[in-house]
Amino acid sequence: MKVKPDTGWRDLPCGGVIVEPGSAAEYPTGDWRTYRPTRDENKCTNCLLCWICCPDSSIMVEDGRIIGIDYKHCKGCGICAQVCPPKIKAIMMVEEERSSSSKGPM
Amino acid sequence: MGKVVALEGNQAAALAMRQINPDVVAAYPITPQTEVVQEFSQFVADGLVDTELIAVESEHSAMSACIGASASGARVMTATSANGMALMWEVLYIAASARLPIVMALVNRALPGNINIHCDHSDSMGARDSGWLQLFSENSQEVYDNLIQAVRIAEHLDVRLPVMVCYDGFIISHAVECLEVLEDDIVRNFIGELEPVNPLLDTDRFITYGPLDLYDFYFEHKRQQMEVYPTAKQVIVGIGKEFGSLAGREYGLYEGYLLDDAELAIVTLGSSAGTAKEAVDHLRSDGLPVGMLKLRCFRPFPNTEIAQVLSRPKAIAVLDRSVSFGGFGGPLFTEIRSAMFENETSPHLLNYIYGLGGRDIDVEDIEGVYKDLQRVVDTGNVERIINYVGLRG
Ligand code: SF4
Ligand code: SF4
Repeated sequence: MKVKPDTGWRDLPCGGVIVEPGSAAEYPTGDWRTYRPTRDENKCTNCLLCWICCPDSSIMVEDGRIIGIDYKHCKGCGICAQVCPPKIKAIMMVEEERSSSSKGPM
Repeated sequence: MGKVVALEGNQAAALAMRQINPDVVAAYPITPQTEVVQEFSQFVADGLVDTELIAVESEHSAMSACIGASASGARVMTATSANGMALMWEVLYIAASARLPIVMALVNRALPGNINIHCDHSDSMGARDSGWLQLFSENSQEVYDNLIQAVRIAEHLDVRLPVMVCYDGFIISHAVECLEVLEDDIVRNFIGELEPVNPLLDTDRFITYGPLDLYDFYFEHKRQQMEVYPTAKQVIVGIGKEFGSLAGREYGLYEGYLLDDAELAIVTLGSSAGTAKEAVDHLRSDGLPVGMLKLRCFRPFPNTEIAQVLSRPKAIAVLDRSVSFGGFGGPLFTEIRSAMFENETSPHLLNYIYGLGGRDIDVEDIEGVYKDLQRVVDTGNVERIINYVGLRG
């Protein structure tokens, strides 16, 4: 069964199990973010270190090149900015505007 | 009719486990439970069961292994006591939340300090909010019968909860008593095959157990779990009846002993119920209107049933073999008192703490409690609500 934001307690799978694989994609961990990683395409060498290290698979890659950041899931941990080689520093963490934060999945 | 054998309580538990023939047993020895694991290991070594016995390095691991095995779709059992259960603490809650039908023999022992290996109910009472169902046993026969029924209760598709079968350390676990045991195939037919729900070993489906569950759904999961306990009561009664027609010994949520016309009643758990029956018989022959309520099922707590069955007595003493430090009386007392609030009339309700750390309670002690109750009814005066039996000084 598919659990939706408005699924009531009677309809949840028994025992708190998740019965559909890959459902973490439905969970907008981007709601947690207070700092937004912003990448400077001109500086980036596509070494893909940030892609390897991102805990939320939020660095989007196509044909070996970064095509963007998935802000629905990026929780703003800043790991990508940390691992980006010091001489390049292509990713900056920029504070989110408070008003732009969306509601949680409730 | 089965055959009558003389066994210690722990041997009766191990025998029930042999007949149940669980897929997995993970346990760690601790007094007074040790013998259960020891006897059962012998059954494994002798090839009398098909069980995978996991010798773990601690009770935390024992319960964790039980959880993994149960989630994978196996029928799982374990046994422990006191500190062993305390070491299982966090995983007990996980077993219940994940709705895993694990059955545990809990040989009741004081949860120290100071170091004590003897009986009281502090271990099971501490786990009363963990989500496990708790059945208490009066003697070896009930240990055996409860363990067999516990498998059915735990695995019932409307329940799916772990069950602990509690019995008094040493008093039951190490005393030899006669009990009637069923034939192996009768037990196996009664418990049937486990019907796994969401087994991890089903490789065609992808199930996640125990995921992160925050403020968005955790509350709903707890609410859903709350809903199962009233159902569990009905299932326990139904299976108790079915077992009765099979074995000639029927079980319910409680057992009343000469309670129908009793004006003075005692409520108790475990082996002291046997002692209380003796006291009731003595006092009845003297013409005193006494009766006893033995609670078999402490979780789920049969609140409405208790309120009803205790609506007649004018004075009631609740016997607690554990304390709730800083609380108002023992855990059984507070629950009974709360259940009785629904009744229109309220009897005098007293609490008697007894038997901590294995202190004996005998027939005279319990007769003394009934005489206290008689005095309360005669004078209308309760001197102390919380009392102690068999305490020095
Ligand atoms: S901030 Fe963290 S989550 Fe977001 S893209 Fe960078 S590494 Fe991934
Ligand atoms: S670590 Fe820096 S340079 Fe390497 S791919 Fe990521 S943003 Fe580009």
